[in-house]
This record gives sequence, structure tokens and C-alpha cells, in this order.
Amino acid sequence: MAGNIIVVAEHGEGGVRSTSREVFTLAQELASATGGEWAAVVIGSVEDAVVGSPRVLHVPRPAGRDPDTCAAAAAHAAEVFGTGIILLAATATGKDVAARLAAMLGVALAQDCTGCRISEDTILLTRAPYGGKVNVEMQMLTDPWVATVRPRSFAPLAGSRAAVVETMDAALPAPMLQVRSEAMSKDLDLDVSEAGIVVSGGRGMQGPEHWGILKELVDALGPRATLACSRPVSDAGWRPRSEHVGQTGRTISPDLYIACGISGAVQHVAGIASSKWIVAINRDPAAPIFRVADYGIVGDLFEVVPALTRQLRGSQ
Amino acid sequence: MEIAVCIKQTPDTEGAVHPAADGYSVAPFDGTWIINPHDEAAVELALQLKDSAGAHVTVVALGPARVEKALREALAMGADAAVHVKCDAMPVDPAVTARALAEELAKRHWSLILAGEVAIDSQGAQVPQRIAGRLGIPCVGAVEAATIDEDHCHVQRMVEGAREYVQCTIPAVLAINRRLAEPRYPTFRGIMQAKRKPVDVVEARLGGTGMAVRRAYLPDSREKGHMVQYGANTAADAVRFLRAVAKVI
Ligand SMILES: Cc1cc2nc3c(=O)[nH]c(=O)nc-3n(C[C@H](O)[C@H](O)[C@H](O)COP(=O)(O)OP(=O)(O)OC[C@H]3O[C@@H](n4cnc5c(N)ncnc54)[C@H](O)[C@@H]3O)c2cc1C
Ligand SMILES: Nc1ncnc2c1ncn2[C@@H]1O[C@H](COP(=O)(O)O)[C@@H](O)[C@H]1O
Repeated sequence: MAGNIIVVAEHGEGGVRSTSREVFTLAQELASATGGEWAAVVIGSVEDAVVGSPRVLHVPRPAGRDPDTCAAAAAHAAEVFGTGIILLAATATGKDVAARLAAMLGVALAQDCTGCRISEDTILLTRAPYGGKVNVEMQMLTDPWVATVRPRSFAPLAGSRAAVVETMDAALPAPMLQVRSEAMSKDLDLDVSEAGIVVSGGRGMQGPEHWGILKELVDALGPRATLACSRPVSDAGWRPRSEHVGQTGRTISPDLYIACGISGAVQHVAGIASSKWIVAINRDPAAPIFRVADYGIVGDLFEVVPALTRQLRGSQ
Repeated sequence: MEIAVCIKQTPDTEGAVHPAADGYSVAPFDGTWIINPHDEAAVELALQLKDSAGAHVTVVALGPARVEKALREALAMGADAAVHVKCDAMPVDPAVTARALAEELAKRHWSLILAGEVAIDSQGAQVPQRIAGRLGIPCVGAVEAATIDEDHCHVQRMVEGAREYVQCTIPAVLAINRRLAEPRYPTFRGIMQAKRKPVDVVEARLGGTGMAVRRAYLPDSREKGHMVQYGANTAADAVRFLRAVAKVI
């Protein structure tokens, strides 16, 4: 039904990112269903990256973050490994590299897939277009094909089996982009797309000086929790842009999303619709956020949020 | 400086979108159509370059007859010319769209080709990179700020946990995020002038599709949520709900 499968893994100081290890889970499921083999492609340095995949295709390349060389390296690995399916995490970088890779290979690409099933020997990829208003199942008709997988759609592959590392030499094109990257200073270490719990503040927070109560709630919820915000909040510079969720910001799928002082505009909901549980705190009972909330608390967030924090701390 | 801006006409964000009765496609949208919000920011960037550096701005849209309205809207904002790459229906596979747009764009020299980061309807997130690949020029995705000098562009973009500063030569394709700029409103004069500006129509050459929709369905609707007025027991009840019912903490 399909050849072998590769996952182009993203890795950083902590090893392979959890978003990529989630894609390993899908790769393993597909490999056992199709009888193919799967491997992780690691581009650049391999030391910090050998986690959780039985097989690693390592493509060394010059330092730098140029996405075209990344795509070319992945294309090379795909070719050598007899690949029918190429998977990446649907992160900002993953989506960008996937688009270049699909363009380079002249094959189809489904971005930001939220699931996958096999029906009568056909692999169907689930997507949630129109800001999550409809779901569609896509069949890919090219060989190979490329897909990216929305963070937190699968559990990360557990275990860290020792991997067989094959290093391959690829002639990579000279980069067309010069990229300099600057880590954002962050209060919290977890990326908003990777967090299991997201506490999000809107204009109802009234100003950046009030974010302390949200940070305390995050703290009380433990290490899986982090902060996000609505667009006007990041536009006003109250919070960094990396925390902005919605149509023009990040799309996230935490287990729990807590919206504090957010009205729930469609453009906002587009970024959070695939959250498993949504709690909303808003003093206006008619706020549209309550239409998508599983648990809505009508009240003043300056009372409700600290009360929740106290309750969590007091009842552990 | 010649700038092309690729604009997709998409359903209004507020509009209702449903699966069709056939169960495998999305029903034709019958609400208001808009210019994809990211593409509007791309048009705005082009118009800023027109104001500051005298750029000539051409907007290009692929799609059925209805997309002429999107082109007229961009002309009313201040674009100089428009090309309608016409086809019967919007392709399902963004690769098909990109191929036809690239074929049209290859007919002329552009200093800059602008597009949106992603179409908010189909969320393909690939047309700009594919156009750049076909034309053999650099592409930068998810651009939030850009300055263009004689032969380079300097842009900023956000990725997970980092801000990137990217430089490349022009011609290049930039895929713009809405955060780059709020689009201007058309003036009355702009709207009147737009009526007289030319819209070139060319037939799209669409190749075979690389993907097909096999099923369309509504996402699981959330059950009517539990809603309470804040009071003495709310925090305890909410935490109990999260622990016992949702089991997320
Ligand atoms: C093209 C386009 C793209 C957009 N993209 C995005 C996007 O990606 N993400 C996004 O978030 N928005 C986006 N927006 C903006 C969106 O339309 C809304 O304007 C925005 O989401 C509103 O943010 P908010 O909920 O924080 O503020 P508001 O709508 O002002 O809501 C504030 C809420 O706080 C409540 N409140 C006030 N005080 C208190 C209190 N003390 N206690 C409890 N509740 C209180 C109010 O009742 C109100 O409901 C976009 C808009 C456009 C046009
Ligand atoms: N039919 C179209 N006509 C013109 N431009 C398009 C079309 N489809 C996509 N684009 C451009 O490509 C960008 C990304 O689209 P997509 O890759 O489909 O998400 C859009 O924001 C537009 O700038």
C-alpha cells in the first residue's frame, strides 16, 4: 500500500521535541499497518537526537537554519530509504519545511493533520480546515506524499530504544536564505503548542501588570501548564507574540484550555477549537466563549482566578 | 519595482461552513466572501511599497467567476492591475493552484511576489513555497515584518520559541502573516477608480490533483457546557469537575 515511512524530526537541546515524538507514534502505527519500515531523519547534529526511534537516518549539513537545505536533506533521505510517506510535526518550522519538500519532490502535502485511519487499504488523513468548523478526510494520490501532524494529536512515542544510526552524504544546495535566530525570553519553558494545560488571558485582564494571577494559576496547575493570550493582548505588547492563539496566531490542542477575560471571537476560537476541555471565566454571561466552553464561570476573573489557584493548592 | 500579490477569496470568518449532503465534500458557501485576511496584509505591504518607493502592484487571484470581486476590492485599496486566473472551481489540492499561479507569474519579471501565510478556509499552507520552488527563487514563510532594499529583503518571523531574522535576495516570494499590517480601507475615490482599472482574465491550466476529499463531517459538537454564576463553592466545584469528570488535572 505504501513504501517506507520517514519522520523528519526536530530536535533541540533537550533531544527530539515531543511534537516529533508524537509523529513517531503515527509512523509506528502506519508502519505496522502497512508492513513498511519507519525511520527518523535527523538533519544536522545527531548527538542530542537519538531518542525513541529504532532507526535514524542522519544527514549532516552545514550549521544554520535554512529551510531549503533541510528540505533537500529530507528529500535525499526519502529517496535513499524508498519512502512512500514523509511525516513532520506541524510546527512553524515543520510546516515550512514540508511545503518546500513537497514542492521539491512535486508531490502532495496535507498540512496540520489531526488524525489518521486506514479504511479498506486506504490511508485517510483527518484535517480540520475552516478554523475547525468542519473535518475532512483526505486521500493522498501521489507517491510519495507528505503530511504534517498537529501537535498533541498523538501521544509521544514512549521509550528510547537504542537506534541504528546511518549517516548519509547528501549534496545539498547552497542556502538562499540567511537566517539568524534569537531565542525569545520566556517566563516559562514550555511552548504553547506542547503544553497539556493552557491558561489564556484576554483584554479582560486589563493590563500586563495583572498577569501575576495567571502565572500563579499556571504554577498551581503544574509543569504541564503554560500561558497563552488573545490577539489584542499580544498586539498591545502585554504578552509576547509567541503566546497569541487564533486564526492569525498559533493553533493549539491542549487537554485543558482556561480562557480568562476572553470574549471568544471566531478568530480566537479557530485556534483553540481542538482543545479537549475548555473552561471560560468571563463576567458577561452572553460572551460567545461560553458557547464553546465545557465549564463556564460567570464572574469577575480577579476573584475567580485566585480562588481557583487557592483551591488547587489547598486540595492537592 | 513590480510587485505581484496572490490573493485568495475565502468565506468570511464568521460564515457557517457545512459538509454537503453527499457526505464527502464541503457544501458550497453561500455567505459573504472576503479576501483571505493574511493576503489583505500582503496587499497592504505592497501598497506601502507603492507609497514609499513607487512600486507597481498587480493582484492575482485564481478561482471561479466570483473571485473577480476580491480583485476589485484590492484594486479599490489601491492596487494598479489585476489578473484573474479563471477556472470552474477552486482546486482541492493547493499544488494545483500553485502550478497554475506559477505559470501565470512566470510570464513576467517581478521584483517581489507576495502571498498570505495560509488560506483560512482550506488551510493548505504551501502555495507560496510551491510558487517559489517553481520559479527557482527564495521564499520566506510566516513573515511579520519586512523591509526591501534594492536587491535584498530583510524579514522577521516567529517560530516556536524564537524570532528569526531572515535575509535573501530579490526576486523572492514572501508569505505574509496578518500581524504584519492592518490593511487600509478602500476610499470612495479608490472604489470609483477600481471600476475602471483593468482585470486581465486568463484561463487556468489545472493539472491532475494529488489529493481528494473522501469524507466531510462536523466535528463532535461540545455538549452544552456547564455554566455557573461565581459563588462561594464555585472554585471547589470547578476543581472537582476538572479532576473527576474531565480528568485533566
Ligand atoms: C483578520 C482578523 C484576525 C484575527 N485573529 C485573531 C486571533 O488569531 N486571535 C484572537 O484572539 N483574536 C483575533 N482577532 C481579533 C478577534 O476578532 C477579537 O477582537 C479578539 O479575539 C478579542 O480579544 P479578547 O477576547 O481578549 O477581547 P474582548 O473581545 O474585548 O473581550 C474581553 C472579554 O473580557 C471580559 N471581561 C472584562 N473584564 C472582566 C473581568 N474583570 N472578569 C471577567 N471577564 C471580564 C469581557 O466581558 C469580554 O468578554 C482577529 C481579528 C481579525 C479581524
Ligand atoms: N486560489 C488562489 N488564488 C490566488 N492566490 C492563492 C490562491 N490560493 C492560495 N493563494 C495564495 O497562497 C497563500 C497560501 O495559500 P494556501 O497554501 O492554500 O494556504 C494564500 O494566502 C494566497 O496568497
